[in-house]
Amino acid sequence: MTNPASRRPAKARFSPGRIGIYSFLFFSALFFALPLFVMLITSFKTMEEIRTGSIFSLPRAPELSAWIKAWSSACTGMTCDGIQVGFWNSVRILIPATVISIFVGALNGYALAMWKVRWAGLAFLLLMTGAFIPYQVYVFPLVQLFALSGTFGSLFAIVTVHIIFGMPVMTLIFRNYFSSIPEEVFKAARMDGAGFWWIFFAIMLPMATPVLIVAVIWQVTGIWNDFLLGLIFAGRDNLPMTVQLNNIVNSQFGEREYNVDMAATMLTALVPLVLYFVSGRWFVRGIAAGSVKG
Amino acid sequence: MKLSQARLALLPMFVIVVVVYVGAIVWTVGISFTPSRMLPVYEFAGLDQYRALFRSSRWIISMTNMAIFAVGYIGGCLVLGYLMAIFIDQKVRAENTLRTIFLYPHAMSFIVTGLVWNWMLSPTEGIQDFVRGLGWQSFTFDWIVQPRMAIYTIVIAGVWHGAGFVMALLLAGLRGVDEEIWKAGRIDAIPRWRMYLHVVTPILAPVFATSAVLLTTHAIKSYDIVVAMTQGGPGISTEVPAKYVMDYLFERGSIGQAAAAATVMLMMVAAVAAPVLYARSFAKSRRG
Repeated sequence: MTNPASRRPAKARFSPGRIGIYSFLFFSALFFALPLFVMLITSFKTMEEIRTGSIFSLPRAPELSAWIKAWSSACTGMTCDGIQVGFWNSVRILIPATVISIFVGALNGYALAMWKVRWAGLAFLLLMTGAFIPYQVYVFPLVQLFALSGTFGSLFAIVTVHIIFGMPVMTLIFRNYFSSIPEEVFKAARMDGAGFWWIFFAIMLPMATPVLIVAVIWQVTGIWNDFLLGLIFAGRDNLPMTVQLNNIVNSQFGEREYNVDMAATMLTALVPLVLYFVSGRWFVRGIAAGSVKG
Repeated sequence: MKLSQARLALLPMFVIVVVVYVGAIVWTVGISFTPSRMLPVYEFAGLDQYRALFRSSRWIISMTNMAIFAVGYIGGCLVLGYLMAIFIDQKVRAENTLRTIFLYPHAMSFIVTGLVWNWMLSPTEGIQDFVRGLGWQSFTFDWIVQPRMAIYTIVIAGVWHGAGFVMALLLAGLRGVDEEIWKAGRIDAIPRWRMYLHVVTPILAPVFATSAVLLTTHAIKSYDIVVAMTQGGPGISTEVPAKYVMDYLFERGSIGQAAAAATVMLMMVAAVAAPVLYARSFAKSRRG
């Protein structure tokens, strides 16, 4: 992105136009910020305060009891172990799925960009086309395949599914990156007698750090935020945090405990939010990279 | 020798493409022409499933809702996202803070989005209750419990989630517009708003197209946000096609019906994505 300061001549500071611009931006910011604000203040209130006060009033005496309950003793159906169960399930899904899908994507991208393999172009085209198609078209055949192999509803199944559906974007961004590396680098390595795997591990992967960062952001956000695939493939013992959150909130009986609900929601949003605030502009690069499909 | 290593490395991709990205699609489309219920049955039933599908009022409601959601969500994200990008591009203060605030919802899941907005829009606890508390007793904003209006609350939540994403893409596009074009506009004394409307917007057409395709596929796939926000209710007033497929697969045990619905979804995505992809590959090949 170019430096905006060098663009157009400065305008008078308090013209009506400037006021209009700032008020539009202010109200937009309000619209986007309010839900996070409401989530936060609600999670620090007592139920008594929620019943009597308004949704935007600040907690009189902020307390952590809703967070503690959300984490360790909120109920989903019969069990009352809190959302921590879902958190650890999500971690167990996230780590292998992210590492393997990025490795496979990098390998695919490298082989596609630098080696001539018959049918590889066609396979890549089909892969990219497939990325547009709703999961609903794929799920049942996949359920049957996992059921046939006796792995339906397991950690293996959900990790494999994430690798399958992460493959198009991962392959694309690595292929694009490796295609931009001058051919001379590759040729020189070949002249020195380096083989397929040596070039990949010793030369190409170390050069690909920027794409690796983008890939990690993309996959961590996508896998952590997934609901549908986890619901279908993970099985009762591995339900990810999003599924458990929905179960906690939407299957309550009696009066809803909004403070606990909002604390649980915050906890679920925390991992991608922290990643977003830490990664800054990399996050934008990430979503831009993934949006140039095809 | 070396070539076989590359082939070996690509083997997982070949297998997944053939089994999932081709095989599973063919299987689902095929099953939609069978009378399968709990288990797949391989006998031909013609278009029976599709006839049942389009006779089902729930499917018609689902399709209508998807259309309303798609128009509101895509239109809302593009318009609000473009306005935010343009206004941020006026050399404003606190640009980074504003961008951070506009984009953070996109980092969160649709489940989180749906639950937050469910809470904000709850008539007894949310915004309606707040305004009434200020003294305006007759104020009413209870769309989320009104069957005819509930789908629009999902549009609001969707725009909240996606507008910042469009803003980020378009802002990058705006920053890429050649400075000479702006100079030429100033020399000819063309008002800035006309420059945006008639000069800059056409330049950004490819970015709009990309955003629109992505948002459309999101709209057709939308499932999580509905489940979290309304569970399809009140009644069946916010049902969507993706949820129809899921319910017929896993709750109602009618694979054939689910496959027919999934196939219709597939065709809708194809109808949207194909022209854009074709136009883009055409433009690419022309450029050389």
